[in-house]
Amino acid sequence: MTSVEVTGRPVKFAVTVFPGSNCDHDAEHVIGTVLGQPVRSLWHSERTLHGADVVIVPGGFAHGDYLRTGAIARFSPVMKAVQAHAKAGKPVIGICNGFQILCEVGLLPGVLMRNLSLKFICEFLHVRVERTDTPFTSLCHPGQLIRMPIAHGEGRYTAHASTVAGLERRGQVVFRYCDARGEATPESNPNGSMNSIAGICNEARNVVGLMPHPERASEEFLTSADGRVMFESVVASLTR
Amino acid sequence: MRPVPAPGDPVVNAALATKLGLTAAEYRAIVRSLGRTPTYAELGMFSVMWSEHCSYKHSRRIIAMYPKKGPLVLQGPGENAGGVRLAPNLAVLLKVESHNHPSMVEPYQGAATGVGGILRDIFTMGARPIALMDSLRFGLPNDPKTRRIVTGVVAGIGGYGNCIGIPTVGGELEFSPSYKYNCLVNAMAVGVIDPKDLTRAKAAGAGNLVVYMGSMTGRDGIHGASLLASQGFTKKRKDEGGGISAVQVSDPFLGKLLMEASIELCTKHLLVGMQDMGAAGLTCSTIEMSAKGNSGMDVDLDRIPQRAAGMTPYEILLSESQERMFFVVEPRKWKAVRAVVRKYGIPFAVVGKVRSHKRVRLMHHGRLVVDIPPAVMADGVPLCPLPKPVRLAYPKAPPLRRRCDPQRDLLSMLADPSLGSKRPVWRQYDHMVRTNTAILPGSDAGVLRLKGTDFCIAITVDGPGRLVAAHPFIGGQLAMAEAARNVACAGGKVLAFTNGLNFPNPDRPGNLWQFREAVRGIALAARRLRTPVVSGNVSFYNEHQAAGIDPTPIIGMLGVLDGYPPVPQWFRREGDLVVLLGPGRVSLNASAYQAHFAGRFGGVPVAVDWKSELALHALLIEGAKRGLLSSAHDLADGGFLLGLAECCVSGADADVPMLGCGIDVREPAGAVAEFYFGEGPSRAIVSLPERALGDFRSVARGVTVTVLGRVGGDALRVRAGTRERVGVGIPRLADARERTLKRLFE
Repeated sequence: MTSVEVTGRPVKFAVTVFPGSNCDHDAEHVIGTVLGQPVRSLWHSERTLHGADVVIVPGGFAHGDYLRTGAIARFSPVMKAVQAHAKAGKPVIGICNGFQILCEVGLLPGVLMRNLSLKFICEFLHVRVERTDTPFTSLCHPGQLIRMPIAHGEGRYTAHASTVAGLERRGQVVFRYCDARGEATPESNPNGSMNSIAGICNEARNVVGLMPHPERASEEFLTSADGRVMFESVVASLTR
Repeated sequence: MRPVPAPGDPVVNAALATKLGLTAAEYRAIVRSLGRTPTYAELGMFSVMWSEHCSYKHSRRIIAMYPKKGPLVLQGPGENAGGVRLAPNLAVLLKVESHNHPSMVEPYQGAATGVGGILRDIFTMGARPIALMDSLRFGLPNDPKTRRIVTGVVAGIGGYGNCIGIPTVGGELEFSPSYKYNCLVNAMAVGVIDPKDLTRAKAAGAGNLVVYMGSMTGRDGIHGASLLASQGFTKKRKDEGGGISAVQVSDPFLGKLLMEASIELCTKHLLVGMQDMGAAGLTCSTIEMSAKGNSGMDVDLDRIPQRAAGMTPYEILLSESQERMFFVVEPRKWKAVRAVVRKYGIPFAVVGKVRSHKRVRLMHHGRLVVDIPPAVMADGVPLCPLPKPVRLAYPKAPPLRRRCDPQRDLLSMLADPSLGSKRPVWRQYDHMVRTNTAILPGSDAGVLRLKGTDFCIAITVDGPGRLVAAHPFIGGQLAMAEAARNVACAGGKVLAFTNGLNFPNPDRPGNLWQFREAVRGIALAARRLRTPVVSGNVSFYNEHQAAGIDPTPIIGMLGVLDGYPPVPQWFRREGDLVVLLGPGRVSLNASAYQAHFAGRFGGVPVAVDWKSELALHALLIEGAKRGLLSSAHDLADGGFLLGLAECCVSGADADVPMLGCGIDVREPAGAVAEFYFGEGPSRAIVSLPERALGDFRSVARGVTVTVLGRVGGDALRVRAGTRERVGVGIPRLADARERTLKRLFE
């Protein structure tokens, strides 16, 4: 198992856990075992982040997603603390269901709708890094391709046309679905997301949400280690 | 005190017992053992506990042939799941279970509750589930009704597995007219546990609390185990309560909460015993836990959380509402238990106490309604007589009057949905969550790493119904040989197996003979392979208007890789040598080629020569261990040419680049179809770097190693002498292989 050289102080991660989260262990594994950084899980009833530097809102089916995704999770006490953390300009990343929750609490604009195919899709694909000025992409180069999987039934990024135009104008589109050559084509868009959007950030750039799973592509053993750079980026951005 | 009927209960007599699925002899045995007429509630409990599904009254003495012991066995059959130890602090549990009848009636919920049920079997024992696999059989997909069932079942498996967050890492899918009215949905779950946390389904310790946790009890699923699962489909029966009301409804979110709570309760050693409420619901839990603990219990049915008003004891006891658990806890640990259950927000109730009187006594509205010695109901069923020596005729091989053109026939067979890529199915399943999946679905076996250890496990499900129908004894052996070969191809050494035996009505002449022959074949294979059975399930009555399915034993095989990387089935490196392994005896009898082109099948398939088979497994494992192999693929359905094509293009299933190959073969005169498409055990295609060939040959004992050609290029090319027999571009192969199933789901 590879781990990153820890140069500065350790970076403390917190992974929120809602009833129905199911990628929380995977996120903890990457942070704790692969990156060798301190990580703790935060049950949804927690009111404090226990001094975490970075918050990961992981994937899963919080509260079963029987209602609109994230609609109940947004009211969890821990989300108040996450919102305060985000407002203070500290890094937050939402992955898959976590992205949906961040949209639902209003930390990120837009909404994730049912895939155009109406089916759950689990497969590896490519995304292109559009912005390197977020804490989670600081070690990437512009246009870098990351091979990682998606696994969702509701990942079609949708927002008002003016909102999407604003995201593009302000450089808030962080990741775009693309083919192996880096072209964003209709065929390389797995779910019908507007502008092939796979992930975005807020205006302050400290909150990032994406549908693909970097934590599932962070070790050579698991087909691709391309996603690890996102976690290494946030460690680097806080220790440099 | 004698138990009394609840208000409104029908009069209990032999006729009522028959209506509930009990035979006259069984009813007499009940009256004799109780010394009185049972109450309606008691009769209902007997009817489910003595159903074929729960009591194994036809199969028990036959499956006793299986070897169950082994140095690594932690838990054998008879518990919720069984398993083996890999290390002092690490064991793997596995079990396969069928949900055929419910899936036929209501595909989405039938399949979803099948997945939920098999996962509960694993976490009820305190193990954390890490993988699912499923084995599916349907009628031919050109029938719109079949299409509805297929898409419903696939959506149901995904709907439950994706939400609860357990990856479905592989499986198999086949279409055959034999399953038109009886689809097969068998799910296997695998979990890991520290043996010291293992929790069994027993109630013990007088005064301990009996606790109910989970979903409320409703009127759904009543008689699911008895009337739905233990009879064939007829038009009449559907109207008598064996229809939709007998199918349960899933709640994967609550299932997830129960899973986390159960694992936490077991790892904190807070429980005396636990059992999930699956088939036969509360009846099964109260009776089996008491019988296993050699104890009794008093339970107040009024305290059982109920979804509907005015439920009778009969309904409460026979409900198969999903996502419910039953456990026993010492009073001094109750506070700690309650804190865990409350943390997850799961409904619960203390419903009774364990007693030393060795009876299950159930109260309802202040009246005693059930008073039964648990051992009678758990083990007292009169066993059905062993099969008479009525044997079914082995089907004859149909005539195949056609000229074999290897290339054309290959493309035709790849477009057969049973033989093509299953990617359109598993991309609907989350197969990576928990980040252990070392080989993505599409290879011979699914491989998972066990975090924090050097181990990987390789698992597979295999159920060659065609071969078992052609010759149950040889077919049973072939099923085991193929499952073990799949595991060996990935580099795994087999440790244990589980099985789901899907057969037609055992009371029809010949059917039980067929069952016994298949079990005899599996048992013999298990001894040769030194793999004990650790769990399983028997599903009879897979028939429609007296027409049975092809007998389909599904083997779930578990193997281990100790500290070396697994080997996938697809070619990985340009320039590697393509090598055929095996003795090479093949036949078109009961082959995929025969079924595909003749529309039916027959003839006796090539039997397993266990010396060759074991030699091949040993070589595959040694090749993986020494890191000599780039790929290894077992040759089964479709024989040599289909297997070779899969080596080229199946990487696409796992999103890895496809690679062509060019090989030279010596075609035997007059047996072209046999050569390219004939099937036989003990064969595999491997690829390896040229420099590794010497080492590989030096460890090959009892296996013929034939170098055929090289990996590379953008086409599959096969030359026989100067003649190019096959020359197909990789994209065309891949398209042929994926097209049919993709269309089915669009």
